[in-house]
Amino acid sequence: MTEHLLELENLRVSFPTRDGPAEVVSGVSLTLGRERLGIVGESGSGKSLTGRAILRLVRPPGKMSVERLVFAGQDLMALGERGMRAIRGARISMVMQDPKFSLNPVMTVGEQIAEALRVHGARLSRQAMRRRVVSMLEQVRINDPERVAGFYPHEVSGGMGQRIMIAMMLIPEPDLLIADEPTSALDVSVQAQVLDLIDDLIARNGMGLILISHDLELVARYCDRIIVMNAGRIVEECPADRLGEATHPYTRGLIDAVPRMNETREELPVLDRSAWSGT
Amino acid sequence: MTAIGLRDLTIGYGGDPVVHGVTLDIAEGESFALVGESGSGKSTVLKAIAGLAPDWSGAITVLGQARGHRPDRNFARVCQMVFQDPYGSLHPRKTVDDTLAEPLAIHGIGEHADRVVDMLAAVGLDRRFRFRFPHQLSGGQRQRVAIARALMLEPKVLLLDEPTSALDVSVQAEILNLLKRLRRERNLTYLMVTHNLHVVAFMCERLAVMRHGRIVETADVDRLRQGTFDNAYSRELYAASGGAGAPIAAAG
Amino acid sequence: MAGAIDWLTADSPASRLQARAVRIWAIGGALMRNPLAALGIAIVLVLIVTAAFAPWIAPYPPIGQDLGNRLLPPSAMHWMGTDELGRDIFSRVVYGARITLLIVILVAVIAAPVGLIVGAVSGYFGGWIDRVLMGLTDMFLSMPKLILALAFVAALGPGIENAIIAIAITAWPPYARIARAETLTFRNSEFIDAVRLQGASSGRIIVRHVLPLCVSSTIVRVTLDMAGIILIAAGLGFLGLGAQPPLPEWGAMISRGRSFILDQWWVATMPGFAIIVVSLGFCFLGDGLRDVLDPKQGGKS
Repeated sequence: MTEHLLELENLRVSFPTRDGPAEVVSGVSLTLGRERLGIVGESGSGKSLTGRAILRLVRPPGKMSVERLVFAGQDLMALGERGMRAIRGARISMVMQDPKFSLNPVMTVGEQIAEALRVHGARLSRQAMRRRVVSMLEQVRINDPERVAGFYPHEVSGGMGQRIMIAMMLIPEPDLLIADEPTSALDVSVQAQVLDLIDDLIARNGMGLILISHDLELVARYCDRIIVMNAGRIVEECPADRLGEATHPYTRGLIDAVPRMNETREELPVLDRSAWSGT
Repeated sequence: MTAIGLRDLTIGYGGDPVVHGVTLDIAEGESFALVGESGSGKSTVLKAIAGLAPDWSGAITVLGQARGHRPDRNFARVCQMVFQDPYGSLHPRKTVDDTLAEPLAIHGIGEHADRVVDMLAAVGLDRRFRFRFPHQLSGGQRQRVAIARALMLEPKVLLLDEPTSALDVSVQAEILNLLKRLRRERNLTYLMVTHNLHVVAFMCERLAVMRHGRIVETADVDRLRQGTFDNAYSRELYAASGGAGAPIAAAG
Repeated sequence: MAGAIDWLTADSPASRLQARAVRIWAIGGALMRNPLAALGIAIVLVLIVTAAFAPWIAPYPPIGQDLGNRLLPPSAMHWMGTDELGRDIFSRVVYGARITLLIVILVAVIAAPVGLIVGAVSGYFGGWIDRVLMGLTDMFLSMPKLILALAFVAALGPGIENAIIAIAITAWPPYARIARAETLTFRNSEFIDAVRLQGASSGRIIVRHVLPLCVSSTIVRVTLDMAGIILIAAGLGFLGLGAQPPLPEWGAMISRGRSFILDQWWVATMPGFAIIVVSLGFCFLGDGLRDVLDPKQGGKS
């Protein structure tokens, strides 16, 4: 029964429009073990909404429906809002794209990390709490964590901010981390550091990871398995190291459209969208 | 002839200089890239050339013409810019037609309608987009409009500020192809700012790597394709961008 | 008819005219779907029609006295009763619509453009221009509107024209504030940079590119302020500093009716009722317009 960490069956998310509801995610099913799953797609493919729907965080007026949403043997759809809050953060955490919008500007970094722990019911003395926070900052490889804990968010760089976000998300020791474009606001050299860090922490704590990104190459590098989404549907699912053998024309199109470092093509192949997408 | 010449260009933003002593020569018809990470000053150089960062010292010449510190009308017909964010670079209350006709009106050029229609065709936009508002267009279509706007005055030099970084990869491919074709057809000179080395490999002939407001290396694109940079930081950037190994593409 | 609707809802308009018509049609449609806004539109339309056709709607002349029929209660003959000089109150309220509309339109036409231009210039240029213009604006803002208007009328002399000028002088500062705040949010945006690069002059940028973006929030604000303007005009009239007798101005009518408020309630109540209804109408319309026009809420279609 608890063989899978997460089971999701036939997820649908729709938004009302003037011409009736528009389905943005139409029938996504996936299962996840303690592994690293990548969800790739372009903007509007529904990949981010899929991530949010797992935490039942689809904002109104969006509506989600799902046949089965089971996390570690627990039916999430049967839980009330209070039950969901106990799951969010404590057992499933989410890292968002831009740390600037996710950190509270008037609280120090240390207080925010401690707060994340306190919200999920940890009762620790002030000193013990401080030690936990500092050791967490150390884990995300921040030099001089004692000092950084006293910083406000505007005093830290983008890469450091994202590492602090990750520290906040990981301090309650969740079983599953959902990372939605965790590095697209960062420079390439910092990107690699942050992803290596996530990778390392996942491996050490034996967690599951869902990495949502538009960047095929990045996902192929950091995940075990890849799901390619287009227009709200899964068009291809394959092990990351077999992505080169992908067969669906959309996946192939995405791969070919990226210029290569040793580029010699005079023109890049362009996706013929009319060929398969119904939109 | 030199299309863009920078001599010992130092640029400030209110306080301390953010670009120090940049010297660069870009030949007419060339496609040149300035690469670097955020804060390297690459966009600031572009802004100074365009006249949007007036606090600089040194010399800027474009096609032999010395550049003043402010945007001016004559310069507008020689050099134009395409911005990074297709959502922020188009006036939200103006139709495509208004946006494209505006430069003609400013410079007192007639035959608005014909020129707008021709330009839409040149950037691969159907005529039915002519009277749409930006919010009715996708990111790629907006960027086509922005490119069309930059070309309305038939400039010879285009400054491109991360023209595809806000776009999906499949749309990026379309825009890159378009830019490449326009350069060939109109014999344009490109100065492109980007952090994406893959795009440089596809689009450009030479590149300069910037860090902390200085150029650390200038190289032919062949060095990029082979990954044989001289400078340690350039090599670092190359490695962080995935190096030569594009594991997915290689397998296909 | 169906052809006209198709033309107005076209996805790809074929001309500038059509593009503009499509946009106005879409705004109108969105307004009509909001019941309160539709009510507001109806009230404002009734006000306009009443003002335009007052001589045909009013059963009696507004200033003709009939001392034999003083202070009659509402009846089939006099729907709203008569006042202390035997004038039909309904007719006076109908003619009063003209004065109210005149005040509202003139104040909007004077105050809104002044505020818009001051704000846009201030926000676009910044620096010392900004400090001088905003200092001036703050001076006006720091004083209560009615008191300031009173002071101006006292200086200019009582009368409807002077009341309008006084209200307009006190009404523009909020618009300047709004226009400046809006301008600051996009003065450094790329689309403004792009026109600057095309060689456009500052004047052209402000008039053709900055002002159109401030207009919709100003229209909303002006509509919402209409109620306040009507009330200030009525207040000045009530104090005897606005429209002079025998002009049927609603505020002045209430003022006259005050003496009989206990025994002949209708004399003061009927014009008061008109003020409330028209103020509410403008408020509803303003709220509806805000929902439709506010770029922060309705950016995407």
